[in-house]
Amino acid sequence: MTFLIDLVAATLRNATPLVYGTVGETYAERAGVLNLGIEGTMYAGAFFGFAAAHASGSLTVGLLTAVAVGLAAGALMAFLSVTVGTNQHVAGIGITLLLVGVSEFSNRLVFGGAGTLPKIESYALLSPFGLRALSQYALTYVAFLAVAPLGWWVLARTSLGLNIRAVGENPEAADAAGIDVARTRYLALMIGGALMAIGGAFFTLAALGSFTLGIIAGRGWVCIALVIFGRWRIGRGVLGALLFAAVYALQLRLRILPGWDAVPFELLLALPYLVVIAALALSGRNVDYPGAYLKPYRRA
Amino acid sequence: MTRLRWERRAAPPAWLTPALPVLAVAATFALTAVFVVLSGAGPLAAFNELFVQPLTTRFTVLEILVSATPLLLTGTAVAVAFRTGYWNIGAEGQLLAGAIAAAGTGTLVGGLPRPVALLAMGAAGAAAGLGWALLPALLRVRFDIDEVVTTLLLNPVALLLVTGLLNGPWRDPATGFPESERIAASAELPPLLARSRLHLGFVVAVALVAVAWFVTTRTPAGVRLRAVGLSPHAARFAGIDVRRHLLGAALVSGAIAGLAGVSEVAGIQYRLTEGVSPGYGYTGIVVATLGALSLPGVAFGALLLGLVNVGAGTAGRRLGVPSQLGQVVQATLLLVVVALLVLRRYRIVRAGRGARP
Amino acid sequence: MTRPRADPPAGTAHAIEARGIVKRYGDLLANDHVDLTVARGDIHALLGENGAGKTTLMRVLYGLAVADAGTVAVDGRRVEIRSPRDAIAAGIGMVTQHFSLVGPMSVAENVVLGHTDGFRVDHAAARRRVTEVSERFGVPADPAAIVADLSVGQRQRVEILKALSRDCRVLVLDEPTAVLVPQEVDALFATLDRLRSGGMSVVFISHKLREVMALTDRVTVLRGGRVAGTVATAATDEDALAEMMVGRAALRPARPAGGRAGAPVLIVRGLSAAGRHGLPALREVSFELRAGEIVAVAGVSGNGQTELGEVLSGMRRATAGSARAGDTELADTPPDVVMRAGVGRIPEDRDASVVGEFSVAYNLVLEQLNDFRRGTVLDERRIRARAQELIERFSIKAGPDDRVATLSGGNVQKVLLARVLARDPQVLVVAQPTRGLDVGATQYVRSQLVAQRDRGAGVLLISEDLDEILALADRILVLYEGRVAGEVDGAAADRQRLGLMMAGRAAA
Repeated sequence: MTFLIDLVAATLRNATPLVYGTVGETYAERAGVLNLGIEGTMYAGAFFGFAAAHASGSLTVGLLTAVAVGLAAGALMAFLSVTVGTNQHVAGIGITLLLVGVSEFSNRLVFGGAGTLPKIESYALLSPFGLRALSQYALTYVAFLAVAPLGWWVLARTSLGLNIRAVGENPEAADAAGIDVARTRYLALMIGGALMAIGGAFFTLAALGSFTLGIIAGRGWVCIALVIFGRWRIGRGVLGALLFAAVYALQLRLRILPGWDAVPFELLLALPYLVVIAALALSGRNVDYPGAYLKPYRRA
Repeated sequence: MTRLRWERRAAPPAWLTPALPVLAVAATFALTAVFVVLSGAGPLAAFNELFVQPLTTRFTVLEILVSATPLLLTGTAVAVAFRTGYWNIGAEGQLLAGAIAAAGTGTLVGGLPRPVALLAMGAAGAAAGLGWALLPALLRVRFDIDEVVTTLLLNPVALLLVTGLLNGPWRDPATGFPESERIAASAELPPLLARSRLHLGFVVAVALVAVAWFVTTRTPAGVRLRAVGLSPHAARFAGIDVRRHLLGAALVSGAIAGLAGVSEVAGIQYRLTEGVSPGYGYTGIVVATLGALSLPGVAFGALLLGLVNVGAGTAGRRLGVPSQLGQVVQATLLLVVVALLVLRRYRIVRAGRGARP
Repeated sequence: MTRPRADPPAGTAHAIEARGIVKRYGDLLANDHVDLTVARGDIHALLGENGAGKTTLMRVLYGLAVADAGTVAVDGRRVEIRSPRDAIAAGIGMVTQHFSLVGPMSVAENVVLGHTDGFRVDHAAARRRVTEVSERFGVPADPAAIVADLSVGQRQRVEILKALSRDCRVLVLDEPTAVLVPQEVDALFATLDRLRSGGMSVVFISHKLREVMALTDRVTVLRGGRVAGTVATAATDEDALAEMMVGRAALRPARPAGGRAGAPVLIVRGLSAAGRHGLPALREVSFELRAGEIVAVAGVSGNGQTELGEVLSGMRRATAGSARAGDTELADTPPDVVMRAGVGRIPEDRDASVVGEFSVAYNLVLEQLNDFRRGTVLDERRIRARAQELIERFSIKAGPDDRVATLSGGNVQKVLLARVLARDPQVLVVAQPTRGLDVGATQYVRSQLVAQRDRGAGVLLISEDLDEILALADRILVLYEGRVAGEVDGAAADRQRLGLMMAGRAAA
């Protein structure tokens, strides 16, 4: 029983950054932009959120800094993919390389190469009703109770969401309807960037309380996979995040048990990627990519 | 109010092509100078360390070549694919697959003469890279499934395969470290010069760049590949089998990336480690883009990034600028270049009055 | 349908009054002092051949193009229309052939798109609004349906609803029946009839005489960018309209006489193919092309000619039937096999069929790179020599190393022509060979086609230019709605008869 409760708690915790990242990437892709800058954006959110919290002693300042970094990263992606109209994949990879580089550079600059990691007093766990499974960070509650439902609501029920979906599906039609395609894509990418960065900051401000190199460890790519797994639907993307997090939590716990140490858990961890590729392969041509996926828009 | 907008142009003006590298380097200097100043060094001194000093000693010049070796290969892999219009973001995974195959084969070929051992390892690595590239390539040509995401997602899978092997069956039994058994001596790529890490892999990489350059520019197959990349419709109309060429380019790209893994295992590490590639596959995208997807450009790009890598190391030691400056400079250069390349196809004009047909 | 009055009631302002519209594109005068007056509550046809200036006039009215001269008044008030927003504000709505709909969204979402007020979109209110407009104007639509699941006819109704929900008082439809199947055409006409009864003014752009006669109150005919006349529909007939549309043109262009046609080089039997929307575009077409003759395929655009050209070029699979050139079946064959069968192709989409970034020389040999090898290597000297030779022979104004993207349309066409003719094809499939070319290039291309015919090749000339067809063809096939509507001897053909056949009336 304890094992199960711990597993649920760990699943919710592990899923939290994925929820932020997946919702953020969904916004970018629904607007027609594949943002491969996500890995770097999460990384920079983790580092700069941590550094600001460390310097100011305030977690709020840290979180706001992460948001600012995410907004800037989204704006940079928008500048390259919307205003300039470069290849989205090259621009995204470039942003990831840049933000990882800038974060690690700044890390060396601020904290030096010291062996001991600086720590901050990270967010405390909330434990409503004394339930262990619900003993979670506020950011986890925000992810599941605010970001995911609000993210869905804005996309589905507001004019901003309507515009985002329109520019991602058929920018010509959106333009003809008087929607500013470029402005809408900027907004979507910046909202998405901010969410990705919060997802990264979750590690440093809540889960770990410190920053280590390689902290994101490919979770940005996991989010790319989850967005497609969820077919660009936030609900299904969140479900995918929970599944992945559950597998992750399970293997961590099994790994330390005697007799299980020979099991190649890496195979399990590779599952989300393989499942997405298999899903793409099986649905063949019928995958409903956003209509304007990877396409810059310029008025004819 | 004057608004700016993009206008397509038929041909880039003559002044632009020579001006682009100058503009790119100038913009990169300006943008990255902030980081240099933040770390308390003078920008000129830092850029001197980054771009000039490494060229002044034998050791650092050879280190540039060492650093450029995997980039020559991944850059070529990416350039060949991109030129054909196949967006292979998976060179990293293909490299790792090649590295796994090389480390596996390298331990088995102990009794064989060196040329045979090296050929066997190279063949295994190329085949592994090709195999890793096969699935996304087939999905693309058979079902029109976008290869950007599928090639990308196979990268973390390859990395998990590496860590899985190193934490499981291949863990070094003697030390318990997550490193594979050292490969046989006959499987090592021999050093080219005394007192240097420069190994035969560099020669192979340069030769491959030359061969790729020759094929893409001098043979019918190369012209067809380029036609497919530039205009698939026109290529098909002229009787070129677009799918076959896409598939071919994707697989060749994977094989070359696999060889980058062989080169690192057999020339530098002598075993499989988790750090066998610090992102050479991704950097290959930078190299290919900097080189405007041409193979002389790839050679230039790989050497330039090798220079920055080595320079960043020395700048770190001498000026106290974190060596990660190298990564920042590389990524900035990439983004500046992709932004500037758009100027070849479009110009910025003041928005005229009224719509045009 | 109601047989309407010929004139609007006196004293009412006209729904639209355009005066002296001039629109110039480069050297082309697309609209030359065009007047158009549409009465309130009328369906007004705008009739003309391809290139007569209908689309330009419509673009001007909707703000997609700004006129060089002229005025527009809506309901008697002068309006400045510089963008679609201005047009919508003035009460003009437009339904183009190319729908501006977002497939995965609902009908209601598409209707409110870009016109939402407030942050929250009230989907219930949007659906009520669509239902209300739908019922008021009698344009049936399910507001909750997803557009991607709708048929083309239903999507068109969504476009009409979009315009109506913006309170338009004049609805412009650009060749609305071009994309519809016959039953959908009937439904559309019923819809437009109801709108007219409600006082809506409709501008109905078409080149189909039958539809114009069946539906409209008045007709303005455009020819060569000018108004050929405006008449009450009740006071005219199809023959008179056809004559206004194509002109009297008693003099037919001089036509070089052909020799005797030889053996069949291309035999087409029951050929069918699907078009853009997956709908049947080409239906059981059969004909023979003989050595030493030019057979023209005439028709208004969108009647299957494009698909015919694509199938015969190896660029589109036929759904049924066969097309044989010698021993080779072309109906389901990739382009390289088509080429090897001795079929030369001049495509309709010229610019997409050359590699713009490649040199003239490379484009000239792209179909036969393997013939220009020395060992495994391309023989650049021979490629250049070949390019030089073809550049001279076909008077291409460019050097071998110039990138094709920098060439004029005429020179691009000469490159394609040279590439094909240099191989002395037995069959030539030529689509819209002079579209967009200047006079000199046009003459040149036509003379080359005649020379090929005289050399003994069979030439299939797919063209929308009647003058071109009359000037070159030995025989003329007319395609209408994907079928061969008739065949006419080239020497005996006249514009009027062809015009009627192309408009889907009289058979041969």
